[in-house]
Amino acid sequence: MCGTCGCGSGENGVSIQNPKEIKTHLHEHEHDHHHPDAEHGHSHEHTHDGHTHSHEHARDHHHKTIIEVEQDILHHNDVMAARNRGYFDAKNIFALNLVSSPGSGKTSLLERTLKDLKAEIPFFVIEGDQQTLNDANRIAAIDIPVIQINTGKGCHLESDMIYDAVKKLDISDNAVLMIENVGNLVCPSMFDLGESKRVVIISTTEGEDKPIKYPDMFHTSDLCIINKIDLLPYLNVDLEKLKQYALKVNPKLQFVELAATTGEGMEAWYQWLRKNRDQLKN
Amino acid sequence: MHELSIALGIVKIAEDETTKAHAHKVELIELEIGTLAGIDFESLDFVWPAAVKDTVLENAIKKIYVIKGKAKCVDCDTVFDVNYLYDPCPECNSNFKGILQGKELRVKALEVV
Repeated sequence: MCGTCGCGSGENGVSIQNPKEIKTHLHEHEHDHHHPDAEHGHSHEHTHDGHTHSHEHARDHHHKTIIEVEQDILHHNDVMAARNRGYFDAKNIFALNLVSSPGSGKTSLLERTLKDLKAEIPFFVIEGDQQTLNDANRIAAIDIPVIQINTGKGCHLESDMIYDAVKKLDISDNAVLMIENVGNLVCPSMFDLGESKRVVIISTTEGEDKPIKYPDMFHTSDLCIINKIDLLPYLNVDLEKLKQYALKVNPKLQFVELAATTGEGMEAWYQWLRKNRDQLKN
Repeated sequence: MHELSIALGIVKIAEDETTKAHAHKVELIELEIGTLAGIDFESLDFVWPAAVKDTVLENAIKKIYVIKGKAKCVDCDTVFDVNYLYDPCPECNSNFKGILQGKELRVKALEVV
């Protein structure tokens, strides 16, 4: 969406693309902001020549009306998320929403996971970023079906974007869908995408107090992956303290420590993935 | 800055309700927002003028009822105020709690003409 005017068109709008369908041509967008003059110009002409005159609309210009709305602002997102969830359930798809700050290693973790397990599990991927097809290209390079959502100025994925992306992706039954959210530890926490589980990734370089600085994301996640543990010898970070902080926010949170680049600890993550996917089936 | 999405969600609800009521604009909008809902009130104020421009809400007065966080301890049933999601039970120090209120994010009422 456009941060300036809220319009959903042009280069600031959301685009949903399959990297394999895009050849090497360069996109040149001309960004036109269309603000058609809203046609509010209604004129009431009344002629009262003797006939009895009944008003069709009870509320005319001079009467104030109170509407008790009582509607959740995120109602639309929740409804679309429920729709996605129903689709995933029916097709026995295990969908994960991967959230983290930028640079925690979400895409590297995903790449490694897909390479290691693609013979065992059919994977599909939705990549969310503000701009570029870079992440989708990385996934497409390992022959996994992928759709890139570019949110433009948007700072998170919403359930209707997933709905549109899923339609393009044509996911097979019993697959695992990995949704890599926009790198942002704040906004995505509020938006249910219809996922089966939410996985928050934090890297050892981020400092142990992230979970209480950004509690909402940890509050809504099921698993916390601590990435880049190969860097621990060079850092002054206390992982136990990090976990304590996270458990204060969410006592049910589970943890896996790993290094996506070296492969250390990946097996525990794969076990979690297999176990939770199997639970879905039963 | 998800507050822009939230503001646009509010605009959508207001536009829909105003059309349904055959009204033309909103004079007053009442919102209920909990302190644990993940909304930064200053950010919402910041994006508001841009979000409501050329909509039924453009000149509406925005009234926010702030709902304070409250939780019930799962271990000892104490009901207590929650300022942050990581606040433990003041009685038994448990982190296991059910949020009773504070997550609200609602359009409560509209006054339309």
